[in-house]
Amino acid sequence: MMDFIQLGIGRWLHILSGVMWIGLLYYFNFVQVPALAEAAKDGTGAGITKHVAPRALFWFRWGAASTWIFGAMLLGKNFLAAFLFTNQAFYAIGIGAWMGTIMLFNVWVLIWPNQQKILGMVPATDEQKARGRRIAFLASRTNTMLSIPMLFFMAASGHQGVFFG
Amino acid sequence: MKNPLDSLWGTVISGLVLTLIFYNVVKFAMH
Repeated sequence: MMDFIQLGIGRWLHILSGVMWIGLLYYFNFVQVPALAEAAKDGTGAGITKHVAPRALFWFRWGAASTWIFGAMLLGKNFLAAFLFTNQAFYAIGIGAWMGTIMLFNVWVLIWPNQQKILGMVPATDEQKARGRRIAFLASRTNTMLSIPMLFFMAASGHQGVFFG
Repeated sequence: MKNPLDSLWGTVISGLVLTLIFYNVVKFAMH
């Protein structure tokens, strides 16, 4: 029963949260950022920044947090073995876990605080906003880049024989 | 040199290259 909750329900919730997180990450990078660049030309971006972006950011950052927490729950007693690469059985998930952790850091430390400035949720000068925009953009793009190997190693972790021979 | 993360294709290709690098590192470490 404990295995069912930790490894079964935990895995399900990890994937659900992960779809929420990475789905919104791809929305930001593949849809919203190009759309806002286009909207800046005719001044129609206000609806996105006022009504869409704050909601998307809410589910994005909490999706990131819950994905990591359920991932840690899944690793359980193997948490350190995965992060420290002390056991071959956890090499693949160790890479995925490290990438996910770096991405979580980027969300909460680099993207969210700067988005609050950009969207006017906290006071900031124009200079701080411009700098924050660049930092948030690069952190978001870094996460999009890292999501590609991260998902590869997540997929590989339960099938190491197939992936690594 | 232009930052590859400034373009979507640069980002995706960088991700694929990283995947290839890490794949080979893990495969090497396992054998």
